[in-house]
Amino acid sequence: MHKVILLAAEEEHELNPLLPHPIELVLSLVVFGILLFAVKKFVVPAFEKTFAERTSAIEGGLKAAETKQAEADAKLAELEKQLADARHEAARIREEAREQGAAIVAEMREQAQAESNRIVEHGKTQIEAERQQAVTSLRAEVGTLATGLAGRIVGESLDDEARQSRVVERFLAELEADQTSGVN
Amino acid sequence: MSLIGTTVTSADEFTPPGPGDFNLPPIGGGHETFEWLGQTHYLGVTKPMLQLVLSGILVFGFFWLAARRQAMVPGRLQFLGESAYGFVRNSMARDIIGSHHFMKYVPYLFALFFFILLNNLFASIPFLQFPTFSRSGMVYSLALLSWLIYNIAGMRVHGVVGYFKHQCVPPGIKGPMLILLVPLEFFSNIVVRPVTLALRLFANMLAGHLLLILFALGGQHLLMEVGGAVGAVGILAWVLFILIAFLELLVQFLQAYVFVLLNAMYISGAIAEEH
Repeated sequence: MHKVILLAAEEEHELNPLLPHPIELVLSLVVFGILLFAVKKFVVPAFEKTFAERTSAIEGGLKAAETKQAEADAKLAELEKQLADARHEAARIREEAREQGAAIVAEMREQAQAESNRIVEHGKTQIEAERQQAVTSLRAEVGTLATGLAGRIVGESLDDEARQSRVVERFLAELEADQTSGVN
Repeated sequence: MSLIGTTVTSADEFTPPGPGDFNLPPIGGGHETFEWLGQTHYLGVTKPMLQLVLSGILVFGFFWLAARRQAMVPGRLQFLGESAYGFVRNSMARDIIGSHHFMKYVPYLFALFFFILLNNLFASIPFLQFPTFSRSGMVYSLALLSWLIYNIAGMRVHGVVGYFKHQCVPPGIKGPMLILLVPLEFFSNIVVRPVTLALRLFANMLAGHLLLILFALGGQHLLMEVGGAVGAVGILAWVLFILIAFLELLVQFLQAYVFVLLNAMYISGAIAEEH
């Protein structure tokens, strides 16, 4: 023990701390080399794997949430589209009904118009026919009445058929001519 | 053991502690010696050697346990391990080397940081209380390794000639200025880096611990040997000892951080496409 102390004290004068101890030089390299190897083989890959897994887990979670969100968005868009379609359909049906109603009304009106026209026409032709009939009967009656009256007034026999008829015709023509010029 | 030795030999007058106090004798008291580079060295297993091995086992053991579960929702141990790993991986390797190539260097930087940090912290852990990296030999080999790693990384990217051109010829400079600058750049980028890297760590650990020994032994000497009114100053020395011990904790962390940070920067500079 005492010898050691003396040696240490003795060395104090000559020891240069900058000069290395050869065993320490080698030992440090060996120990650190083994540590480096062990760390590289067991520790760093384990940490890196954990980091990578954690990152992917977080990213996976985010991706799943994104997918869900996208799905929900798509569904919402689809529903909105369906709603819009239904609205459009309803509007279309309404419009169609309105058009149909208008068409029916128009058709009815047309039919009624035609019917009324037909009735009016019918009435007109009937009236015309009746008028014609009246004119014919009147003409015959007026002729008979006139000749009878004239015969009675003149006192002469106007039995001659041809003559009588000629006289009546001429009278009526004159009457008509007067009437038309009078009207015009 | 040598701490006691110093006080014993300086019974009357105070002998300040020196670098010799860091040359611990082998455990078990064997004191065979051998000569190397004009120095007499102990032949045997010393405390810093055991600490070095212990630190390797502890660093691997802790992170292996922490990484083993691989749970999506980490427990306390796994969270601690992941935070520590993520600190080196993201804030040192990725931010400095860049997100394309950093993964290749993460195991090295990660192992290096916690290896140095734990060995530095050993200086403040009771019963160990010795900074492993106050032994220059331990640091030299780590510095040599980082020198090899960043140079080889650069040569792989640029080729041997391309790499030396990349490191030694500053871009945008032509003509006779190159004669001045090329040796300077070569010296600063290739030669000096491992030396400063090693000395910074080793000297900080040595000096910090030396300062602690000085305050502890000085205080003891004042109280026990001198005594009286002057001896009371020994109390002040011990208060300073405690304060400096806390400062040392910071230095221990910072030195590990700086060592690894510079490693990352050297690698990043070596593999960079352009300056």
